[in-house]
Amino acid sequence: MMMNDLIHVAPDAQLAVAERRIGGVVLDLQNISLSFGGVKALTNISFDVREHEIRSIIGPNGAGKSSMLNVINGVYHPQEGRIMFRGELRQKMEPHVAAAQGIARTFQNIALFKGMSVLDNIMTGRNLKMKCNLFQHALYWGRAQKEEIEHRLKVEEVIDFLEIQDIRKTPVGRLPYGLQKRVELGRALAAEPSLLLLDEPMAGMNVEEKQDMCRFILDVNDQFGTTIVLIEHDMGVVMDISDRVVVLDYGKKIGDGAPDEVKNNPEVIAAYLGTSH
Amino acid sequence: MSESTGQAVHLAALDTFPRLLMHHASVRPNRPAMREKEYGIWQTHSWAAVAQNVRAIACGLAELGFRRGDRLAIIGDNRPRLYWSVAACQCLGGIPVMLYQDAVAQEMIYVLQDAEIQFAVVEDQEQVDKMLEIEAQVPLLRHVVYDDPRGMRHYTQTLLMGLDALQEMGHSHDRNHPDFLDAEIDKGASDDVSVMLYTSGTTGKPKGVCQTHGAFIAAATGGMEFDRLTDREDILSYLPMAWVGDHLFSFAQAMVAGFTINCPESGDTVMTDLREIGPTYYFAPPRVFENLLTQVMIRMEDAGPVKRKLFHHFMDVARRCGADILDGKPVSAGDRVQYALGDFLVYGPLKNVLGMSRIRVAYTAGAAIGPDLFRFYRSIGVNLKQLYGQTETCAYVCLQPDGQIKLDSVGKPAPFVEVRLDDKGEILVKGPMLLKAYYKRPDATAESINADGYFMTGDAGFFDEDGHLKIIDRAKDVGKLNDGSMFAPNYIENKVKFFPYVKEAVTFGNHRDCVTAFINIDLEAVGNWAERKGMAYSGYTDLASQPAVYELIRDCIEKVNADLAADPKMSGSQIRRFLILHKELDADDGELTRTRKVRRNFIAERYGALIEALFEGRKSQHIETLVKYEDGREGRISADLRIEETKTFAPHAAARAA
Repeated sequence: MMMNDLIHVAPDAQLAVAERRIGGVVLDLQNISLSFGGVKALTNISFDVREHEIRSIIGPNGAGKSSMLNVINGVYHPQEGRIMFRGELRQKMEPHVAAAQGIARTFQNIALFKGMSVLDNIMTGRNLKMKCNLFQHALYWGRAQKEEIEHRLKVEEVIDFLEIQDIRKTPVGRLPYGLQKRVELGRALAAEPSLLLLDEPMAGMNVEEKQDMCRFILDVNDQFGTTIVLIEHDMGVVMDISDRVVVLDYGKKIGDGAPDEVKNNPEVIAAYLGTSH
Repeated sequence: MSESTGQAVHLAALDTFPRLLMHHASVRPNRPAMREKEYGIWQTHSWAAVAQNVRAIACGLAELGFRRGDRLAIIGDNRPRLYWSVAACQCLGGIPVMLYQDAVAQEMIYVLQDAEIQFAVVEDQEQVDKMLEIEAQVPLLRHVVYDDPRGMRHYTQTLLMGLDALQEMGHSHDRNHPDFLDAEIDKGASDDVSVMLYTSGTTGKPKGVCQTHGAFIAAATGGMEFDRLTDREDILSYLPMAWVGDHLFSFAQAMVAGFTINCPESGDTVMTDLREIGPTYYFAPPRVFENLLTQVMIRMEDAGPVKRKLFHHFMDVARRCGADILDGKPVSAGDRVQYALGDFLVYGPLKNVLGMSRIRVAYTAGAAIGPDLFRFYRSIGVNLKQLYGQTETCAYVCLQPDGQIKLDSVGKPAPFVEVRLDDKGEILVKGPMLLKAYYKRPDATAESINADGYFMTGDAGFFDEDGHLKIIDRAKDVGKLNDGSMFAPNYIENKVKFFPYVKEAVTFGNHRDCVTAFINIDLEAVGNWAERKGMAYSGYTDLASQPAVYELIRDCIEKVNADLAADPKMSGSQIRRFLILHKELDADDGELTRTRKVRRNFIAERYGALIEALFEGRKSQHIETLVKYEDGREGRISADLRIEETKTFAPHAAARAA
């Protein structure tokens, strides 16, 4: 009967969404080398990131993980190598261009405006989407007003998503570390990125906060289909939530593949797992 | 005037909740029935909209195969759509069964089995996961409908369905059978069971209390007349829906009086939401009032010296004359001027911060409230009153009338209620608000209602000279010390708990030589105290074992002892020894009920070694306990607990000192 139809249609539609999760390559890094003077940060590194996947970069301290992330969003310009983003070659790019292309990121050391409220901090993530000029915003009339309301709605959706309604008006500086990290994720999400770069999102968190953060990362990936590149120290976390993992050591790539493959790679065990435990 | 008499005539026919709902939808279609904060903005649902939605949910449930007399489990925070599901279920002649939303899955099995639940409406993924976890143990469960679709995309179980889809289904059902629901509502009768509320299970397995439409409507009408409530009241609904208090205040009274209920954005935003709504009518257990006051006091300690001085000065004024002004008693002109100034400078802003500026009537119940706490709210002009009732009596037995407030009584019998004491001092009540039966437990029903139709509350109490009822303790908890003097554990524990540093206390003494106690410190209050003293601590367990904290708690207990010594009936039950527990008593470990009442027997069993050590007068005792974390995992903590002696007072000396 009709009742049965309704019940059966819904799961099928859900399956369809689940299956087209991982798509083609969106970001392809080929033979990237980066050095600062005589210091070689990255040597001849190649890997790719596929649409809708969670891609992790792991490695011991100083392996070049953050440098890699900075290369992706245009803060550093590698001396050698090619970067293909959505099928287009790019060589030199400024961070704001990366942001305009839908790349958002969070930082290892929290980079929020401490004196501003959570709401305002997340609102800054909407910056690139704001079309009105300063003068129009100051008058808060017509288009500016309409725009502000739209942005606020988006920000409120992020707040709801991250379950931080109770601290909406609290200055960020007064929040515990774990929550600040969540706010920073919120600011990145407010930009509605297609590619999200997370620099050690779980660093310095307790077990419960880590679990929460994992859930949010998975939810972001699942609900918005956002592609996520993640740097992380915590091996357990990485292995649980990543689709594929790149392992760096002293600026070189020593492993690449699904979490299970990487875990069993002898070179990785020697460089990372073996020494850190 | 003519409108109100017209309404009175009408009210006779409004003997079920669905009829009341449809009545409001036609009489005040555009008045707000519910508000909910979503995306930071309060969204209003008018009575007409609520009726529409209830209609859709009811028809959707009918389409799923929900029949007259079926039970519908409802699990979640106070969301409008869950309240609508309650009403929708009642429209179909079904019986809503609310479960405590923070219970772990295993604890839900019993109620789901006992009530033979086939249909459940739950709030979100968290609750859905619980249902799926215990699916095998509750084979009757056929449909689980969820309100919030977040995170639910990959769930493919055929048992699941979104509430949106259900409402959609209901809409088309309603279009095809436009007379169906009205006919269903017409079949309802006043003595049909309208809701099943499970007792908290302080004593044994929870029992399903079947209450009729008539019972809750009587309780709501009585309360409404008693406090002259109108359809203009605003109430914040944030207490568990499974609790009888929430059902009376947020559902029954709102349905009878037609006032507005407001659902907070999330459990953590209640304080902010309270301030934004500014309810006119408020109900909370004492612990909520206590938390509010603790927060105020902590923040006042951190305030600048001028503000602090101002605060304490005017609080003294309020303590002197505030309650009398509220009760309309004569107060000197000087005090009135002082109080008015205090209202402008301190009480007014304070009430505003607490969200209590507009409160006309506030009630507290569920546990005893500390005299200082009670006096504090009354003295700043919040009309806080106490009521007394049980799940079995729709939380409606005694109410304190305006202007006749006593700290230690629960007021006079409410309209339509008869209260009697039996020869052992147990309180017996009779009236239209009594339960119809315990679900599938004729034995328990027969046991709790005597031959004359009185419900035996199990509480011991007495009437004072003004006819106000005073509660001492649970009748069965009242025991005797070996020397024959009375031992009323709750009475003593409440006295100890009135100190802000003490969160929970459990006393022992029945058939013993003396009284001893377990103490749980209040981490926030003691933590703040420790911070001010510059003490370092790493967490609850560490703080609880510090000698200075023992010192602090001993002071509190000795004050209680002095107080007890002054009361000839209680002077024998002064606390002789105590220890501070290494962990907080927790409902997840089965030590408290979900309404946070101490489960005495369970604790006595679990910590038997500690109790023996207390009575043997040992200096310390090792203990290892299994704890359950919120996500269901288990762990162990162990500690060596110190036991300390306290000073006791001779009855005469204390009387002289007092």
